[in-house]
Amino acid sequence: MSHVVSPVREPLVLGGKTYADVTEDICRQVEGKPTKLWGIAFLCSLVLLGIGLYGAYRTFWYGIGEWGLNKTVGWAWDITNFVWWVGIGHAGTLISAILLLFRQKWRTSINRAAEAMTIFAVLCAGTFILLHMGRTWVGYWALPLPNTYGPLWVNFNSPLVWDVFAISTYLTVSLVFWYIGLIPDLGTIRDRARSKVSRVAYGILSFGWDGSAKTWQRYEAVSLILAGLSTPLVLSVHTIVSFDFATSVIPGWHTTIFPPYFVAGAIFSGFAMVLTLMLVTREVFDLKEYITIQHIELMNKIIILTGSIVGVAYITEFFIAWYSGVQYEGYAFLNRMAGPYWWAYWSMMTCNVISPQLLWIKKIRTSVVATFILSIVVNIGMWFERFVIIVTSLHRDYLPSSWVMFSPTIIDVTDYLLTFGIFFTLFFLFAKFLPVINMAEVKAVLKGSSQKVAEQKRTSASQPAEYQTRPAFNKDVE
Amino acid sequence: MEHNENKFLVGVYDDEDVVLSAVTKVRNGGVRIHEVYTPFPIHGLDEVLGYKRSRLPRAAFMFGITGTSLALLMQIWMLGFDWPIIIGGKNFVTFPDFIPVTFELTVLLAALGMVATFLIVSNLYPGKRPLLFDSRCTDDKFIMAVDLTKNSLTQDEITAILRTSGAIEVNTKIVEVEA
Repeated sequence: MSHVVSPVREPLVLGGKTYADVTEDICRQVEGKPTKLWGIAFLCSLVLLGIGLYGAYRTFWYGIGEWGLNKTVGWAWDITNFVWWVGIGHAGTLISAILLLFRQKWRTSINRAAEAMTIFAVLCAGTFILLHMGRTWVGYWALPLPNTYGPLWVNFNSPLVWDVFAISTYLTVSLVFWYIGLIPDLGTIRDRARSKVSRVAYGILSFGWDGSAKTWQRYEAVSLILAGLSTPLVLSVHTIVSFDFATSVIPGWHTTIFPPYFVAGAIFSGFAMVLTLMLVTREVFDLKEYITIQHIELMNKIIILTGSIVGVAYITEFFIAWYSGVQYEGYAFLNRMAGPYWWAYWSMMTCNVISPQLLWIKKIRTSVVATFILSIVVNIGMWFERFVIIVTSLHRDYLPSSWVMFSPTIIDVTDYLLTFGIFFTLFFLFAKFLPVINMAEVKAVLKGSSQKVAEQKRTSASQPAEYQTRPAFNKDVE
Repeated sequence: MEHNENKFLVGVYDDEDVVLSAVTKVRNGGVRIHEVYTPFPIHGLDEVLGYKRSRLPRAAFMFGITGTSLALLMQIWMLGFDWPIIIGGKNFVTFPDFIPVTFELTVLLAALGMVATFLIVSNLYPGKRPLLFDSRCTDDKFIMAVDLTKNSLTQDEITAILRTSGAIEVNTKIVEVEA
């Protein structure tokens, strides 16, 4: 049964929607012909993909010598982009798992798209793992497989091996969680389908879903356990990514603060990317009554929180670099702030620490335009964070004779574009052929949280007994 | 396998709270409910229908434990016994270092095992043709199906009970079921 919700709570779904309205509004873009706008956007992402595939061909054929790497800076854009994408891929699971455990009902209208974005972002991250191996065709050597050399196994003491397990588990579990959530909605689309092709296609995809009470009971048990499993999983993934750096002895990387600092940064950038995409989606698909200003505001609040954690982490790193008395550490941080890469450092500081503080102002965090701009600023800032951590820690080696600067080549750029191509191509396909909002979950919170019910409750607030007996919902109550 | 043609009465409801109270009313009226179909999960519906709690969490736990054991055994055997490598003179079996992979495999096996169990016990698989008493049950209607052959009451009596419990429509449907 839908819970009794206080009349002072803001409604989650606006516009007096009924169950049928929800189905209609969300299925509309799945069933209709692709719009011109969608076609143009999809074409653009295919162009990006094409350019990127050329870069990938060069990287595979000539090797990673095509990148701007040198003897001192052996990791640059590849790992920067990898960490950036993995970070972005944290918001979806956070929304669908952690907010589910905390019973945050507002997540229902954004979790589907956020999870999809997570999966696509993790795929992009994986692309960089494969690319940076150089000889990608022997990438399976990262797995503990029997081989002809002994068998010599992988080194389970290495964080890079942990990463292989963490990222692939994360991708698999997120994909499964997302798909299980999609099955009931695919059933809805199947039962509405008019053309034979879509009836067959969605029929296969929906696994014969019938919505029986017993299946729903099991479905809910599965969702809850998957959420419980995904919550530590999502925290572990970026923790392990940060171990790639933290367990090394490079000044600037060798810090115990990395795991929580990276996780906060990941949520920060992930929410920013969710906002960027959702603001466009709600505009293009006309979903303003489902993804409301309240949703945007709540997400902005999480951005302030995680952005502030990241800010505190930056300052703590600096303090510890001085307080530890380690000369190398102290130099690495002074070099970050005032060395030749000062511009990257200050871009990071401005974008991640200073500008999100604007969201304390209610007018800004409830403004669609301001949020959109800030969400892009945050993502730029988070890219610079990874660049600063990776390149500035490496480029001044222990020997001044090997001090160098890093500059990217055109292939570095096209490989980055490749992941944008993958990401947007998949996202546009998702937005066209799958329901971008979880219809079943929105319907489940509708009765407790729609505007219609909220108004009825307000008018009857003088009679407390009315809270318990809510009016019949599907009928037109005047 | 033989097939019988069973006649079902299909009560259509349009409100989640009505269908929830209707289940108790109908069951108290002496009617055996075949199943209730809803477009979204209704909390408490499984209880009023008298369903036992799902044992899937237990299955997940067992799969998880399996993952933990397999991961630890794999790492200890590979690095400790099958091909020990001296890495900086450290121990061959470095238990703390094995935790991340152990954790990941625990989660992986628990999740995949539980989801596979869910799909198998719920008989869900790609391309399955569902038995839908009313196709609106995935849109905005709540469907209560009653198997007439498994009830001693007459069709009219059950129809009356469904009506008074709040059904907006009562239809009939002939379904082929395995004998």
